[in-house]
Amino acid sequence: MKVLIDHLSKVYADRRGESTEALRDIHFDIRDNEFVVVVGPSGCGKSTLLNIVAGLLSSTSGQVVFEGTQIDSRPHTAVVFQDFALFPWRTVLKNIVYGLEERRIRGQQQQEIARRYITLVGLQGFENKYPHQLSGGMKQRVSIARALANDSLLLLMDEPFSALDAQTRTLMQYELSRIWEETHKSLLYITHNIQEAVFLGDRVVVLSRRPGRILDIIKIDLPRPRGEHLTLEKRYLEYVDAIWGHIKNQAREAMEETGG
Amino acid sequence: MDQPMVGKAIVQDKTYFLQMREHPWLSIGSFMFILLLWEGVSRMAWIPSLFLPAPSSILSEGWTMIKTGILFKHIFSSLSRILWGFIIACSLGIIAGILIGSFSIPEAVGNPIIAATFPIPKIAILPLLILWLGIGEASKVAVIALGVFFPMVINVYTGVKNVDPLLIKAALSLGSNRARIIRKVIFPSILPMIFAGMKLGIGIALLLVVAAEMVAADAGIGFMILTAADLMQTNKLMVGLIVLSLLGIFFNWLFKKLEHLVIPWKQ
Ligand SMILES: Nc1ncnc2c1ncn2[C@@H]1O[C@H](COP(=O)(O)OP(=O)(O)OP(=O)(O)O)[C@@H](O)[C@H]1O
Ligand SMILES: [Mg+2]
Repeated sequence: MKVLIDHLSKVYADRRGESTEALRDIHFDIRDNEFVVVVGPSGCGKSTLLNIVAGLLSSTSGQVVFEGTQIDSRPHTAVVFQDFALFPWRTVLKNIVYGLEERRIRGQQQQEIARRYITLVGLQGFENKYPHQLSGGMKQRVSIARALANDSLLLLMDEPFSALDAQTRTLMQYELSRIWEETHKSLLYITHNIQEAVFLGDRVVVLSRRPGRILDIIKIDLPRPRGEHLTLEKRYLEYVDAIWGHIKNQAREAMEETGG
Repeated sequence: MDQPMVGKAIVQDKTYFLQMREHPWLSIGSFMFILLLWEGVSRMAWIPSLFLPAPSSILSEGWTMIKTGILFKHIFSSLSRILWGFIIACSLGIIAGILIGSFSIPEAVGNPIIAATFPIPKIAILPLLILWLGIGEASKVAVIALGVFFPMVINVYTGVKNVDPLLIKAALSLGSNRARIIRKVIFPSILPMIFAGMKLGIGIALLLVVAAEMVAADAGIGFMILTAADLMQTNKLMVGLIVLSLLGIFFNWLFKKLEHLVIPWKQ
């Protein structure tokens, strides 16, 4: 299986006829079991890209193709949103089985799958709590479990940890790294945090400021499992530096343009 | 030389007065006081009992009406009208509100109709309804249904328009189609608005049932109040008002309980 993001462009047009070019000619692919991170400055069109891949927004030109998929009932994508997007009227367990209900999976099996992912994300004992009774980090765990349980071909995550405090965020990065190493799902992960991108990804796609274009695609050759020790390693820091170089140039250009 | 005064000041919580204290005894006490004052004023016959009968004599009148069963007959008549009108209006209002809120064609058709009919005081439509449906139960139920329908449909429509689009996106990404989104995302999202519509609606229903019964009926609280006034039975009239107050309180209590039961995720 391979997901091809084929020369994607997006121009938003508002009612007054003004248009915003958000993405320009985005072209890369996501292979089986690959963790691809897209990093770029704020407003460069990252969420736009993810929404198009998720089928929640249409592109202006170009397309997203799932190649070599068997024709079966597995959904193409599952999304973890920045703001969790949990159903407030559903308990943790009920949130996680939502996608399974839509796929008409038997109740017994729903429960088994849900319990498996509840254990994977470490939420045992919270099955019957409502979202408003959980902390931000726990809500995002539920959201991740819900997406994983849906067994999609590609997982999509849009800055899933940016609503969390710095400490929780770091812990959740370790956690996600562990979960991914257990599941090896194809994953497209969006962030504006360079360290996070290098820590998590197999490949990092660096976008320019708006309109988002691909500046570079960097293969991250760091061993797995990745843990806290990694952040002190020389090669890790070199990758971070390389990406920071790109982004710094972008920021400088932006400042010169506005005369600031 | 002026030496500045040296002292210490303890920081006070300036928001203290915002935490409204509860005074349950004051509430009960003042209520009892007004009743007693009323009783006293009536006993002294400062005001003729025809205008303002004493609470005690209203109570004893009420008790007689309970014993003879006549009070329940009137309450039952009014309640069954309210119930039918309410059930019809709520179901239609919820369905129409969801349709108008979710689909463009019902929205284009429904919005102007609602905008045009909503401002008409519903009691003004009663004569027309009597002309169409006759003087019996149907016209009374219909006028109540009309009155309750509008706040419900408008509340539900507003609710549907304000459903968090992120939740709809989440449901779509988890494989829901449009019909299932209405059932599994929109409906639970608008439940609080439905309850708000019911609370508004019950007040309107009480108003309309009394008005309709005053126009044409042979039983019901409104009928009872009107005939009591015609016969100068102020006691009986007052019993009717108390029953209306109690009904209003009861329905509010009931809807609150129901809301807690049906919407457990809203602590
Ligand atoms: N619905 C819309 N209509 C018009 N313009 C939009 C719309 N959504 C986004 N944009 C514009 O497109 C650009 C890209 O937006 P997008 O949300 O994809 O950026 P982002 O990279 O996700 O930013 P952030 O890091 O802040 O989340 C922005 O300039 C934004 O103003
Ligand atoms: Mg974004």
